[in-house]
Amino acid sequence: MSETTPESSPRQLAIDARDRVRFEEEALQLSDQVYQVARRLAGSREEAEDLVQETYARAFRAWRSFEPGTNLRAWLFRILTNLNIDRGRRIQRSPDFQPLEENDYFLYNRLEEGRSDVNLDERRVVERLSQNDTVTALADLPHDFRDVVLLVDLADFTYSDAAQILDIPIGTVMSRLHRGRRILKRTLADSAAGDGDGS
Amino acid sequence: MTGFVFDPCDKCEQMMQPYLDRVLTEEERQEAELHLDGCDYCRRRYRFEAEFRKFVRLAAAEPMPPELKAKLAALRTPL
Repeated sequence: MSETTPESSPRQLAIDARDRVRFEEEALQLSDQVYQVARRLAGSREEAEDLVQETYARAFRAWRSFEPGTNLRAWLFRILTNLNIDRGRRIQRSPDFQPLEENDYFLYNRLEEGRSDVNLDERRVVERLSQNDTVTALADLPHDFRDVVLLVDLADFTYSDAAQILDIPIGTVMSRLHRGRRILKRTLADSAAGDGDGS
Repeated sequence: MTGFVFDPCDKCEQMMQPYLDRVLTEEERQEAELHLDGCDYCRRRYRFEAEFRKFVRLAAAEPMPPELKAKLAALRTPL
């Protein structure tokens, strides 16, 4: 993509260096967000750290292919998700075999079930979920769905940014998001049921 | 019975995700809110879903190890 300029005048070199420094600084400011998602993509903290380092190494090498004024955050996450796919994460069950006839209210209904305190506040209902179960449920999501859920629900990308990052149509983002969230809720409903009444 | 051709709660459920993702058209948003105003069942579930998303985000958050920041800075091109 980026050939070296035919005449690298000292002035040109200085401009180049300045742009690169700016690029690197802006990219580094986003590293917390990149790590957050990488951590949920990877199975362990070590793997997540490797993934983030690879992402930045590649980003810094390829900085010229970033078009200034466009979305740097989306550009970085595209590198991250591509690297993650390259890690050969593809061997897993197909997401299509999961029966999901429940509706979106399923988890709420399940958590609320059998509670005597009818006027339980929604926040209190959510508190019945465990953080560990949630992390595990996210990790267990079929990966194509998980990518979309992480980008939209954790990293706050729009549907259209997520579509660009993952190089899939926006309709696919929407259906994977919807399905991914449902699977997540289904898994959590099951683990909440397994815990019994807790308190 | 007023002869609804569809169950308004079903419709409301269909609109929940796009409503919370803020991608409904203005007209659809108003339609959803009108229903929510009058339906305790859906209102509670919408609130739950909003709380649930916050919960997932918090549960999934894990701060970046400080050493990693230094490692990333070391990847920068030396001047």
